[in-house]
Amino acid sequence: MATNKKRFMQGNEACAEGAFYAGCTFFAGYPITPSTEVMEISSSRLPKTGGVFIQMEDEIASICAITGASLGGRKSMTATSGPGFSLMQEGLGFACMAEVPIVIINVMRSGPSTGFPTGPSQSDVMQAKWGTHGDHPAIVLIPASVEEIFYETIRAFNLAEIYRTPVIVLYDEIIGHMREAVTIPQPGEVEVVNRVKPTCAPSEYKPYDTTLGDIAPLAAYGEGYRFHVTGLYHGADGFPTNNTKLIEEAGQRLVRKVEDNKERIWKNEEYFLDDAEIGIFAYGVSARSAKFAVRELRKKGIKAGLLRPLTIWPFPDSAVDALAERVKTIIVPEMNLGQIVHEVERVARGRCEVKGIFRVDTEPIKPAQIIEKILGNGPMPSAPVSPTDSNMSEMLIERDMLDG
Amino acid sequence: MSTPAEEAKPLAKKKKKVPFDYSPYIRGGKLPHIWCPGCGHGIVLKSLLRAVHASGTSQNDVAMVSGIGCSSRTPGYVDFNTLHTLHGRAITYATGLKMANPKLKVLVITGDGDALAIGGNHFIHACRRNLDLTILVYNNFTYGMTSGQTSPTTTQGKISTTGRHGNIDPPFDTCTLAKAAGATYVARGTAYHFQELEKIIFDAFMHKGTSVVDIIDACPTYYGKYNKYASATDMMEQLEKDGTVSVKQAEKLTPEELEGKLLRGVLHRSERPEYSEEYGKLVTSLQSKK
Ligand SMILES: Cc1ncc(C[n+]2csc(CCOP(=O)(O)OP(=O)(O)O)c2C)c(N)n1
Ligand code: SF4
Repeated sequence: MATNKKRFMQGNEACAEGAFYAGCTFFAGYPITPSTEVMEISSSRLPKTGGVFIQMEDEIASICAITGASLGGRKSMTATSGPGFSLMQEGLGFACMAEVPIVIINVMRSGPSTGFPTGPSQSDVMQAKWGTHGDHPAIVLIPASVEEIFYETIRAFNLAEIYRTPVIVLYDEIIGHMREAVTIPQPGEVEVVNRVKPTCAPSEYKPYDTTLGDIAPLAAYGEGYRFHVTGLYHGADGFPTNNTKLIEEAGQRLVRKVEDNKERIWKNEEYFLDDAEIGIFAYGVSARSAKFAVRELRKKGIKAGLLRPLTIWPFPDSAVDALAERVKTIIVPEMNLGQIVHEVERVARGRCEVKGIFRVDTEPIKPAQIIEKILGNGPMPSAPVSPTDSNMSEMLIERDMLDG
Repeated sequence: MSTPAEEAKPLAKKKKKVPFDYSPYIRGGKLPHIWCPGCGHGIVLKSLLRAVHASGTSQNDVAMVSGIGCSSRTPGYVDFNTLHTLHGRAITYATGLKMANPKLKVLVITGDGDALAIGGNHFIHACRRNLDLTILVYNNFTYGMTSGQTSPTTTQGKISTTGRHGNIDPPFDTCTLAKAAGATYVARGTAYHFQELEKIIFDAFMHKGTSVVDIIDACPTYYGKYNKYASATDMMEQLEKDGTVSVKQAEKLTPEELEGKLLRGVLHRSERPEYSEEYGKLVTSLQSKK
């Protein structure tokens, strides 16, 4: 067997490579910092491999085009950032309602509005769940390293295909533009899942038939299965309905198909949690600083540990629940003004103290900030807990922060 | 319908005309449709189905994509690959689908509000690309679905629920806009001239590249009511029969006589590379370099 190639690459490049590995053959998008590289790489690669790349007139057009393409049978994606993600919300809801697998990459930048376009942020974590109107399912992955972007993008396509729903990959500008080594697996080495197709006769096909389970096989247009898709509430055959019983059933099922499978969708990393008295719940780039902080605190004899979700939605209730059961305090560092901390509070139900560390100046949350929060305003330990910006970047690319 | 006098004639003398059978194209159990009595959308659908039939295209190879509006409910009734999307976005879904599978013949069903207001940006960019889409704009000068507000084609001075003192907004001419944006087949028909419309839709459907047909039809329920048309037929006569002239007739008329009338027929036709074919060529050339 050929040996796996190790490549030094940017987060956005790893995203595009992960998508191609997963079988993505359709990209539609509109340029926006800090996600544009995903689009640029797609424009170069896809035509060479027989895939389709199209630059659309805006992000609304982009999400709609990938949804149309997915119904044409292609694994499809788009990549954007805050302002574009806001424009995509109606199209995201349509794909949820019509149950069309698509992948949306949102490289988070500072907001609201144009904000600080090149500045990182983690402030779209709630929008990714609640941005589109109406109750709907949400699967949102949140990698913390370049290599993880590669693997989580593959996982995003797999989950989209399995659950017939949009999957969002969220990462911040820091990881998107950072360069790290990625081991590219051989074809076949990482599982790639394709949507279940109907095997029945076209005349029998119902695109929302749930007699065999909550997720129905999905035909592609042009394969002889002439079916109807609409954003209106619909019955098993896909046609609009105003039957309140069917509407209730369909609305429940839409959310349930993800909710009932959340244990399969969840993915967490635990770091020094076994005997931890202080838990840090951190995701994305903030989790890297948290990991560094845990190590420093352990050197001082403080029993700190990290719980890091790679799936932020559905929210990892049971992992946080177990954490709240055994620690005195949970610290939630986020590059926003407090979003996921409320979810942690909800699950903790007052069993432990929950403290947030928030920051929106577009600087990453530094290990020292986390350590200070944990040690209170007491004397600082002698360890280098207040790194300068230059040794900060060294810390960020430190290898053992990436493994679990 | 034949008159009793015609029926009395001996059959042998009359050329036997087999009535068009719409049933293979209509989805079982999906009628009645939602359209009001007198609405033009149903008449347009008949011309459309006859045109698709005449093209000989297999139903498996036809996709019909629509936005939101009364007109956009069409795909739910017909037996093609059908996609009813978001208000204004039909063209973008159609673009993705056509690029994903260029073998599909893609029809876009859209209203004047859907295509030219909320979807205006997509409309011009589709025309610019010249992707092979047949865009049928059901132009009833109003927002039917939301009960009669001003649309981008509402005539100045006309009454709507959001233009109660008479519309002051200058309207778009769908065809001028489409041509300027680069569409390679641009035509106008009406529900009143349904046979002519069938030929135009057939032409548009067969044309390779972006084709746009502005189809004048009536919304008696709102536009008709607010603007005091006596009936749906009165509306058809005033807006569609008398409000339009064919390109041929227009040649003989003075500018004064043409004032306030819309031209009917093929208004623009040109040849330009079709987008999905150009993309296909790019793929072929890149792959042969390997
Ligand atoms: C984003 C969004 N904005 C507004 C609406 C409400 N809406 C539904 S149909 C419609 C107008 C339809 O008019 P037109 O496209 O001319 O089609 P018609 O109903 O006249 O056939 C509007 C404004 C919507 N569904 N979605
Ligand atoms: S409201 Fe107007 S456009 Fe809509 S179905 Fe009725 S007549 Fe037709």
